[in-house]
Amino acid sequence: MNPFSYERAKTPAEAAAAAARTPGSRFIAGGTNLLDLMKLGIESPSHLIDVNGLRLDKIEPTAEGGLRVGALVRNTDLAADTRVRRDYGVLSRALLAGASGQLRNKATTAGNLLQRTRCPYFYDTNLPCNKRTPGSGCSAIGGVTRQHAVIGVSEACIATHPSDMAVAMRLLDASVETVQPNGAARVIPIADFHRLPGNTPHIETALLPGELITAVTLPRPLGGVHAYRKVRDRASYAFALVSVATIVQRDGTGRVALGGVAHKPWRVEAAEADLPRGARAVTQRLLEGAMPTPENTFKVALTERTLGAVLLQAKR
Amino acid sequence: MEDFGDIRMSRRDLLKAGAASATAAAVPAAQAQDSPTNVNTPSPSPNASRPPVVASVTLDVNGRRHTLKLDTRTTLLDALREHLHLTGTKKGCDHGQCGACTVMADGRRINACLSLAVMHDGGKVTTIEGLGTPNSLHPMQAAFVKHDGYQCGYCTPGQICSAVAVLDEIRQGIPSHVSADLNARPQMSVVEFRERMSGNICRCGAYANIADAMTEVAGRQA
Repeated sequence: MNPFSYERAKTPAEAAAAAARTPGSRFIAGGTNLLDLMKLGIESPSHLIDVNGLRLDKIEPTAEGGLRVGALVRNTDLAADTRVRRDYGVLSRALLAGASGQLRNKATTAGNLLQRTRCPYFYDTNLPCNKRTPGSGCSAIGGVTRQHAVIGVSEACIATHPSDMAVAMRLLDASVETVQPNGAARVIPIADFHRLPGNTPHIETALLPGELITAVTLPRPLGGVHAYRKVRDRASYAFALVSVATIVQRDGTGRVALGGVAHKPWRVEAAEADLPRGARAVTQRLLEGAMPTPENTFKVALTERTLGAVLLQAKR
Repeated sequence: MEDFGDIRMSRRDLLKAGAASATAAAVPAAQAQDSPTNVNTPSPSPNASRPPVVASVTLDVNGRRHTLKLDTRTTLLDALREHLHLTGTKKGCDHGQCGACTVMADGRRINACLSLAVMHDGGKVTTIEGLGTPNSLHPMQAAFVKHDGYQCGYCTPGQICSAVAVLDEIRQGIPSHVSADLNARPQMSVVEFRERMSGNICRCGAYANIADAMTEVAGRQA
């Protein structure tokens, strides 16, 4: 790990300004992803801005009847909040399906959104990776791709986004609140927050240099039956092969979002009109134009079957 | 019988010597990565030759205050083991995957390997040494002994710290992936223990006995 200087930011605007004026700086909150990557030489910041003291750790009601979740609310606390458990069950379930108890105690709401991919080629610094070293090539294409994306892929990158929480946030149409280095605040709809890889897989979000997430807001509750079903190689503490988040109403209408299949949480609103017709119809539209590799074609069938199981469960 | 004369080497010294020689052997391979043929190795960042940055860190560990001068890169785990010589907390994978380094920081279990010591300045840490002593074991330590909740013992300090925290988390009503009803109080059950302990790997496979130890302590506390 390269040496780095360290400071504790006093206010969100100061943190953003410090990041913008210090080349090679990174924010650190829970640190569970960043430190891991620093040890491996994948990230090598020369300056860390510790944002843990910014008091962004509250969950508050909004005037619109939703919840405003501070950027520093820990995954454990968000999952355990009684309002979240009652009104946004899919979010609690997604959080609890991710990582381990120790990691959830540290990991924050904003940091969870900013997780880097778990593509093994991104982690292997001996091999080309367009995400790690832009322009070097993609080692995953033509490699071992069982875990990789099946839709929204490009010739530069077929990595997936690893977060469970972000899939639930996308389903709920959350908004990401930020502060920019000039002190201005803005709101980014979660649908626009994560990017597809295209030719620039190293640019993963809509955040500008130095921009800091301050909160994630949830719109007013939608009611319905909430579910998050994660299929993985171990029963606990493993990343998703496929995950399905749903909210299904009494009349059979609802929403669906997927994890483990793309570079971002995957949701196609138009496909949701087919929910009353069943899992096959929805999956066909959700994954229309999918380009799986021979090793991960199974994810298409697995998505349909997992969604089928979740819809069946919702009827009971 | 062989006479080893004045060789006085503890098991720990032997392990240290072994680790040092393994590191030396690994150096040529690491240097080879910088060869010009390996175009994809990230180019050395401008700060690669920068001297270490040192910070003053005050930690309350097991009720004792310590002020240390630490390289900012020092993890909480390395601060505990290498600087405070509290070697009960173990380094397994050093990447948050195995749980051997589990400690309580400000009342919550965390992976000490994935946290910088400087970020805990002014904070409170409890390690396995702070839970009990050989003469006065914590109930969870005693239960692990009674139920044979280990074989080689390397993961055990992390397992015990995690197990103590798990019972506390269930008492606080924090749900888990296996809690059937999100809005009901979670149960002190083996199914809950197994899910909540998934961040602690035991390659000897003492899981069933660990669950038995936790069940006994949970029953006693209930």
